[in-house]
Amino acid sequence: MTVNTAVPKMYGRCEDCGIYNMANLKKLGINMDKWDYMIALAGNPNTGKSTVFNALTGLRQHTGNWPGKTVTRAEGGFIYNRRGYKLVDLPGTYSLMATSLDEEVARNFVLFAKPDVTVIVVDSTRLERNLNLVLQILEITDRAVVCLNLMDEAKRKQIIVDERRLARDLGVPVIPTSARYNQGIPELLEAVHDVATGRVVCRPHRVKSISAKVDNIIKPLITQIKSAFPNLPNARWVALRLLDGDMSIMNAIRDDGLGELNHAPAFNLAVA
Amino acid sequence: MSEQKVITLQHLKIGQHARVVSISQKCHGLERRRFIDLGILPGTIIVAEMRSPSGDLTAYLIRGSVIAFRSEQTRFINISIL
Repeated sequence: MTVNTAVPKMYGRCEDCGIYNMANLKKLGINMDKWDYMIALAGNPNTGKSTVFNALTGLRQHTGNWPGKTVTRAEGGFIYNRRGYKLVDLPGTYSLMATSLDEEVARNFVLFAKPDVTVIVVDSTRLERNLNLVLQILEITDRAVVCLNLMDEAKRKQIIVDERRLARDLGVPVIPTSARYNQGIPELLEAVHDVATGRVVCRPHRVKSISAKVDNIIKPLITQIKSAFPNLPNARWVALRLLDGDMSIMNAIRDDGLGELNHAPAFNLAVA
Repeated sequence: MSEQKVITLQHLKIGQHARVVSISQKCHGLERRRFIDLGILPGTIIVAEMRSPSGDLTAYLIRGSVIAFRSEQTRFINISIL
């Protein structure tokens, strides 16, 4: 993660100040005609994604403490720092290896819709469990912000999270919040804005290479995927899923139409 | 700690604590990956929380989340009771 210091010269003093910007946050609810940036809210189930969503859009999307509450996605908008943002609230998921409809919705969105920023909402009292999904999302996108939510609960449980260390290790901004009490929301907005506008460039932590053997196998596969589906980001990730034998990813690519399957040569599945 | 004998998760009684020893080799591919993504790794502590009336589904506390499995899934997870 690096801060691009060349860009801020374009901003006046006011635009750089979190207090000014928060005062100028315009919650648009569902009234969006156009937007500059699309933001996805992802995370484990029950981490407060919908609460963050409501804090930003002014909507009252139903929040509740039970799993599977957001089965399909909800959308809303806001204006921050003179930019229009469209926010998409995704169902909670433990992993990107989708095994159910709601998980598939979340995975397909992060993978195919290419949001400008993916905000990964994590439960700071259950970091160990949550970081698995964080690393999986960072495999397929490098424009992400980690929202360390439920900090009030962590404090009550006397859990201290070193968010600066976490940000350094993950290579993306990490913002502690208590969305229920609107704490940390100005900082979250600023981080989202910085990543969306390119002021902050993420360098997410990634597993370098699994093994030379796997690398040799996926290399030709990546080439094939890229030529068959030129619009598909993360060909490497898709190749690894195909090696896993994940057929749902094949269907997702087909249904999504992003790859323009009609014009594409037949996919050689024998390799997978 | 004395050496415990290894049983499968389906035999864990409600209220009992256990430590994961391994996931059976018979469980592979996406099914195995699913367990790992849900936080089931060697050393993970699992508590059996409740069972459905039919007895097929059991909910377990795993790394702070309650997750339900069918016995056809839990028979792949080797544990030692704590």
